[in-house]
Amino acid sequence: MKFNVVGESERRVDGRSLVTGKPVFVGDMVPADALHIALLTSPRPHARIHSIDTTAAEAAPGVACVLTHLNTPPTRYTTAGQGYPEPSPYDTRMFDTKVRFVGDRVAAVAAETRAAARAAAALIEVDYEDLPAVLSIDAALAPGAPVIHDEEDALDIWDAQRNIASVVSAIVGDARAALEDAEIVVQTVVETQYAQHAPLEPHVAFAHLDDEGRIIIVTSTQVPFHVRRIVARLLDVPIHRLRVIKPRIGGGFGAKQEVLIEDIVAMVTMRTGRPALLEFTRKEEFISSRTRHPMRLAMRLGADAMGVLDAIEMEVISNTGAYGAHALTVLSNVGSKTLPLYNRARHIRFDGKTVYTNLPVAGAYRGYGATQGSFALETAMDQLAERLDLDPVELRRRNHIRTGETSPIFEELGEGRKGVPYTISSCELEECISVGAARFGWHAKRARPPDTGPTRRGVGMAIQMQGSGIPLIDMAAATIKMNDDGSFNLLVGATDLGTGSDTILGQIAAEVLGVPLDSIVVYSSDTDLTPFDVGAYASSTTYVSGRAVESAAEDVRQQIVEVAASALGVNAESLHLADGKVSTEDGAAGLDLAAIGRRSFYGPDPAQIGATASCVPEGSPPPFTATFVEVEVDLETGFIRLLDYVCAVDCGTAINPRLAEGQVEGAIANGIGYALTEQMEFTSEGRTKNPDLARYQLPGPLDLPPIRVFLVESYEPTGPMGAKSIAEIGINGPLPAIANAVYHAIGIRLTKPPFTPEKVWREMRAESLPKQSLPKQSLPIADNR
Amino acid sequence: MRVAISVNGRRTEVDIEPGESLMDVLRRSEYTSVKNGCDRGDCGSCAVLLDGRAVNACLVFAAKADGREIRTIEGLATDDLHPLQSASLDAGAVQCGFCTPGMLLTALDLLEHTPDPTEDEVRETLAGNYCRCTGYVKPIEAILEAAARMRGAR
Repeated sequence: MKFNVVGESERRVDGRSLVTGKPVFVGDMVPADALHIALLTSPRPHARIHSIDTTAAEAAPGVACVLTHLNTPPTRYTTAGQGYPEPSPYDTRMFDTKVRFVGDRVAAVAAETRAAARAAAALIEVDYEDLPAVLSIDAALAPGAPVIHDEEDALDIWDAQRNIASVVSAIVGDARAALEDAEIVVQTVVETQYAQHAPLEPHVAFAHLDDEGRIIIVTSTQVPFHVRRIVARLLDVPIHRLRVIKPRIGGGFGAKQEVLIEDIVAMVTMRTGRPALLEFTRKEEFISSRTRHPMRLAMRLGADAMGVLDAIEMEVISNTGAYGAHALTVLSNVGSKTLPLYNRARHIRFDGKTVYTNLPVAGAYRGYGATQGSFALETAMDQLAERLDLDPVELRRRNHIRTGETSPIFEELGEGRKGVPYTISSCELEECISVGAARFGWHAKRARPPDTGPTRRGVGMAIQMQGSGIPLIDMAAATIKMNDDGSFNLLVGATDLGTGSDTILGQIAAEVLGVPLDSIVVYSSDTDLTPFDVGAYASSTTYVSGRAVESAAEDVRQQIVEVAASALGVNAESLHLADGKVSTEDGAAGLDLAAIGRRSFYGPDPAQIGATASCVPEGSPPPFTATFVEVEVDLETGFIRLLDYVCAVDCGTAINPRLAEGQVEGAIANGIGYALTEQMEFTSEGRTKNPDLARYQLPGPLDLPPIRVFLVESYEPTGPMGAKSIAEIGINGPLPAIANAVYHAIGIRLTKPPFTPEKVWREMRAESLPKQSLPKQSLPIADNR
Repeated sequence: MRVAISVNGRRTEVDIEPGESLMDVLRRSEYTSVKNGCDRGDCGSCAVLLDGRAVNACLVFAAKADGREIRTIEGLATDDLHPLQSASLDAGAVQCGFCTPGMLLTALDLLEHTPDPTEDEVRETLAGNYCRCTGYVKPIEAILEAAARMRGAR
């Protein structure tokens, strides 16, 4: 398919303002007279607030407002910025009478300066009654464990008395019997860690009143419409009394799919009439925002002697921390975004539960469960390849899903509920594997004789799928209106958080309307001005919002052609819009877009040319990747150096190839950090030990290998111009591919990321010691039934 | 106290609080391109050029900047974008753009002293500038391309 604007690596539409340092982020546009808000957070992991005395704080210089549970509504809600009704339990209050983790909200103080607010917050006296804390999955599930959510007004917690936030189960066939009959069975148990999104811009929001007394919230969010709905409910004001504006966003990765601070700035503004600002410090960003759900996963695969899978069992225990934001849906996606990959298996059992603990709260994080699920699945696949003495690439080829095929999991497992039956309409996974293996030099590297020196090289691979939006749930809308110079305004609720979605949505509109990208003025997102969109999550924007833009543009194109037909006195069917003008097939007559735009305003018969279109997708076409990685393990230090990293991606049509590659490269870098260095660590009292960017180690330019991304284009017939979404998938590759490469290098299966030198060294040391009789590893969930 | 600083060639006098960082002073003096990502020198989002060398402005007391020359990204483009800026856009090196000002200024320090850097030198230089969006692939490509464009323009 040949396009004019789509498929070009256009410069970002917001690029110039970003590289010249224009004040386009929330923190750059704060009114000078704004109150500054400081949070008082809990120093205790689990305690009841007996009393709270704010007298001294309220009397402190410059203090305008103090919020605690005593003067804020007790409404239960979820901070998860999901569509309504949210599939997350309502287990949170703005301020509660109980604190459930070190970093939980206790009070907020608004004062003339940040220093005054902080000083006053320190004057608040809180009398806590400590409760025993639950600091691990095992402690949460232990008989007689302290109950974290003992409140009576919480909604939709699966079993609060047993600290279980949610449960998911999907059964296809009879996996247990099939495993008994299988010629080869492999099993593995892996355990993943607490990790943080660490966007460079921490959460920031301010509110102020407009001339009509409406509350305007300017916030760094992925979900402006969900913010408006959730905050309106908490403040008990009609939705139309709020306006939420999202300017440029300094990264989100899921952390900004949460409504974490907007309720407070809005409440302070409502109470004081003053503008009010709240920005997380980096420390607060670590402790009081959101994390990736740590999980324990057990996999069992049953295959025949050729390696064709017949049975898959996956058991998961997820830790959501103190509140259940995304507890159910992340758990669902552990299976729903991984298991369909291997659709030869006729028997599948997925069982999972999410537990509460008194640790920081987990939430949405790029990959959304698939990251953890893929680690377990692709580790087990590597074990299976080894058992069969088969090339891991060949094993994948014998099992992966293809175009025209389906998996029962699409129907059995959705996001927190049943899914939607789906047949794959574009899959170039086979080509991804071929291209990736060739570019990487897989066969030569895999066959290389083992190293003998103090460092050992190894290569590993993994394949992945994700999705493009949430079928029959997500809705995105776009509005296009034509101007009298032949240009267009594109208004989208879709939320560019640095992904470049404004640019690629503009490209889609430009393509349909036959104009260059600079004829499209893109604006996102503002609940007063742009149509609804669920927001930027679940890899939805390119596919779902893109389809809305494409439909709106097609409608506008038709209107343009009709105006031209009337102006030219010809039949609309004989006209055709391209290169900025409408012409007859033979080119004998034509009208440029500026003339059509002028005519639409000034007549005859003037009428605005414009359209709004919505998209609710029927399916969620998965993008696919094949990942190949080469490592070098230092036997003396346990240090893993990445020598090469290749990822071939099936993204459908790449609307903007450079931006598409950038999404994958960035996701891979984040995934490498997750595999090798990133972990939030806690004291025995549940306090975060490393809430800063010095001790929590993001991968920097010296830590990363060459990351080589190859776009393998396919054409998704349901997508806008054939496109699928790819913002998340890249993050799922590094962990299993690196673990598999380390196994190839040194023969040790790493199952507990991050793979720090110390951990690898200890594993090597344990391996070289004489074998003790180790306790038999059992599947974790079975023990706790 | 009052300090006299030159920002992007414009002399200005500002009242500062004791202990206030150069980052905070620049941000409230409308140089909001100086980003606060961590407030403790870990991330490099607040990097500016102080007398031509890249520093984390959050770690510099504003008082220490008295009488000195500061460059921020606001002063980089003339009528045209600087090659670092245009190469960044061409390469797709900007995603969220929050780390971009600090990264480009750090790169400018490099290129003004090392006009023809190797990729390793660029990686080394960016070691103090965290970017969570790009994986550094395209920023490094952009800086090398900008270096080539700057050499060509000489």
